[in-house]
Amino acid sequence: MRKRRGVYASKVKRATHMLFYRRHQKPGVKGWELHKALGVDYPKVLGILDDYLKSLDLQVKTVFEEEKTPSGKPSVEELDKARFYITLQGELTPKETKMIGWRIDDLAGLAVTISYIISKKGQAPRKDVEELLGEKLPGWKVGLNIDRYIRYGYLQQDDNEQLYLDWRTRAEVDEKALIDLLLRSEAQTTLLSENTSEEEGAEEQEGE
Amino acid sequence: MPSKKKQKKLGKEKLQRIIEMCMAIENHTVDPFLLDIDNIISVIKEYFPHWKQPDELNLDAETIHHLASVIKLQSEWVKHRSTSLYTDPFLLEEKITQASKEEMISVFLKAWHPLVELEQLSLHSLAEATRYWKTLLPLKERWPELAVPEVAMGITSRDELIRERIFGDKVFSEELECYWQELKEKVKEKGRDGKVLYWDFIGAETYEETVQRALLASFLITYGYATLEIYPLEEEIFIKPFEKALAKIGTQQSISIPIAVTYENWQKWKRGELD
Repeated sequence: MRKRRGVYASKVKRATHMLFYRRHQKPGVKGWELHKALGVDYPKVLGILDDYLKSLDLQVKTVFEEEKTPSGKPSVEELDKARFYITLQGELTPKETKMIGWRIDDLAGLAVTISYIISKKGQAPRKDVEELLGEKLPGWKVGLNIDRYIRYGYLQQDDNEQLYLDWRTRAEVDEKALIDLLLRSEAQTTLLSENTSEEEGAEEQEGE
Repeated sequence: MPSKKKQKKLGKEKLQRIIEMCMAIENHTVDPFLLDIDNIISVIKEYFPHWKQPDELNLDAETIHHLASVIKLQSEWVKHRSTSLYTDPFLLEEKITQASKEEMISVFLKAWHPLVELEQLSLHSLAEATRYWKTLLPLKERWPELAVPEVAMGITSRDELIRERIFGDKVFSEELECYWQELKEKVKEKGRDGKVLYWDFIGAETYEETVQRALLASFLITYGYATLEIYPLEEEIFIKPFEKALAKIGTQQSISIPIAVTYENWQKWKRGELD
């Protein structure tokens, strides 16, 4: 029994190393890589790690291939094709977003862009997004911001200048929650003005 | 009562218009529900008995194919509307434009769970890297310089270059003039309307000679001694000599026309399959 527990402890350590440290150009680990390194019971190992991470406000996030989230319990084949990440479980405060290199304007632009693309069934012309952002952001910044969102993996653009949501949005953003919250946002008023006044006029600090 | 021919023409035009409309929908520039499927199907049905030729039947099949794509898009639209993720884009757009930056941030932060990743050197990886460095051979040993034999400089004669087939045995302009005359004679003998099939002109007994003739033909065209006439539908290319060489070369923007003079094409021409 003790031996078995020891085996799982070592597998959890191995999974932690694989998931926290970037191995490829994109973060995250494919299911089949975990399968190969940890064995067929890797979903159980990830479950133990997830339980442990909860106390640290982190989670193991599973993103299924081509957004095909299975309705029931996913099969090993589906998990092998999925990608696993470590993400924050709870919410960041506006002040914390500044700590991780986001200005309020840029983050609001990202929120608007993602919501707009979701409302357009996952695809929108870049020109339309630029027009929308241009209402509240200076013109020179709009293009730069969209390019930055593309570079980070939140969006992708095709040859016809159509924008789509990319892997990072699927990994980090709860799309349904975002839309629900946005539609109910009238009643919400958050006092963030202190942060806004701090931000305006401040130099852009990109953590690239 | 319109004649059969007229009716066919009208039917073809209608199908073309339907295909164009469907393609616009497929490219997401037009709403899929703008198309009245029942009406379109009745048009296709109406003209179907007229189609006899393969290209007509092909047009009919293409229309059906595009129509099926539009129906698929309509079904996806209905499916999306029935999911809980669907929200009226106008309502959402209104919300987005009305929301302040702070509201947007507040909403987004509730749905955003950024990735966590670390970048850090460990003592183990440093030790590994040091071991690798120690065993790594210097660049001089890994990439030894190539021993290139020294050759004394000399001069070459025109005859030598002709022997090496770098130069032809005639001055190039002379050669080109001869070739132009040959083209004119060929047109007189075998041509029609002052032109001859390109392959009938460049084709020779050997493949090497054919390539050489194709190269010279390209110079004839570039320097204004002849021109090409291309009929894409018939897949025919003609070469047509000018009576006098055009003097205004370079005044118009020239275009390049690639013609594959492959061994297979040469063999086809020899067998008389390329006409």
